[in-house]
Amino acid sequence: MEKSRRSFLKIAGVAALGLGAKPAIDVLAAGGGTQEPEPALVRGPQAMTAQQWAMVIDTRKLKTSGDLEPLIEACHKIHNVPKMPKKNHEIKWIWEDEYGHVFPNLHAEFVDESVEHRPFLALCNHCENPPCVRVCPTQATFKNSQGIVTMDMHRCIGCRFCMAACPYGARSFNFFNPEPYIEHVNKEYPRRMKGVVEKCNFCAERLAVGKMPACVEASNRAMAFGDLYDPESEVREWIRSNYTIRRKQNLGTSPSVYYII
Amino acid sequence: MASKILFDKGKVIAGIVIFLALLTFPFIYNLGKAAPAPEPELTPKAKAAKVCVRDTEYMNKEHMQLLDVWRDTSVREGKRIYVSPNGTAYEMSLSNTCLDCHSNKAEFCDRCHNYASVDPYCWDCHIDNPKEAQ
Repeated sequence: MEKSRRSFLKIAGVAALGLGAKPAIDVLAAGGGTQEPEPALVRGPQAMTAQQWAMVIDTRKLKTSGDLEPLIEACHKIHNVPKMPKKNHEIKWIWEDEYGHVFPNLHAEFVDESVEHRPFLALCNHCENPPCVRVCPTQATFKNSQGIVTMDMHRCIGCRFCMAACPYGARSFNFFNPEPYIEHVNKEYPRRMKGVVEKCNFCAERLAVGKMPACVEASNRAMAFGDLYDPESEVREWIRSNYTIRRKQNLGTSPSVYYII
Repeated sequence: MASKILFDKGKVIAGIVIFLALLTFPFIYNLGKAAPAPEPELTPKAKAAKVCVRDTEYMNKEHMQLLDVWRDTSVREGKRIYVSPNGTAYEMSLSNTCLDCHSNKAEFCDRCHNYASVDPYCWDCHIDNPKEAQ
């Protein structure tokens, strides 16, 4: 049986089409019918949400270092923040500083005596326009859906651009493995490893289970915490009825931590 | 001289034989002595629970992908609860969920990881066995 070149090419073309269609048919065939339901990834039932979490610190109620220490301790204890022996290796999420350092652009040679000697709490401001997030080359630090500037430690490569970008010194670098310098290990919160930057996370892990941040809880109502864009929230109530200032507001980062002086 | 294909036949062939013997020595030496795949050991708590977040076969094969999804969704999206296909809800936490049941890192995690020669650095930060007394 002699086949013409023409009929051979026809058959070859149809065969090639059939082979090409096989993967598509396989995919379509797998799609239907008896498959296990997909798992769901959801927020916890007690999780608190906000458009932009914010904090108000009533510095009139926190007069001495002794008033600030339990707040700092509460934070550093639950987040496994190490106490480094040398000052230039220090790791801090929340710390105490003087008026002139916290508000350098509001500082004058002669200021109110009570303000001059009052200790101020400083922490990450969770800016609405965070410069650290803009510079991070790996998007390890990012602004989450709740307005918290937080870190994905798995992604941090330790380049420290964010530390250079942050105008508030809110970020610390792990020059060493922090493990030996953690006094009381909280086994429910991870540690960090050598070579990553860390900072305050506005207690995102506590907000997720309906708890207030550790420092706010320990402050005995000297601090308020809530949604900046909810007019009924406690932070808005405090801001409405008191004169508040923010750190280096002129830089345009729009900090979310307000201070009542 | 056309019939002389290989010069120094004796030395060359002896050399090839020695080379092949050396090359295959590790395989011949270890023949039939392959280390058996280790069986992960369950703690009484894990045994009592009977089911993990997914079935055993899935966990054997896919636990690394599962953990990868867990860390990304909990850290980046703030969703911290995993509702498995059978309807049970779990907190997506390596320290507080996985290692709570599987508190025997050496017998459960390390054994297979050593066998497969993988070295995950989860435990650099995620402290093993959170419920253990200090």
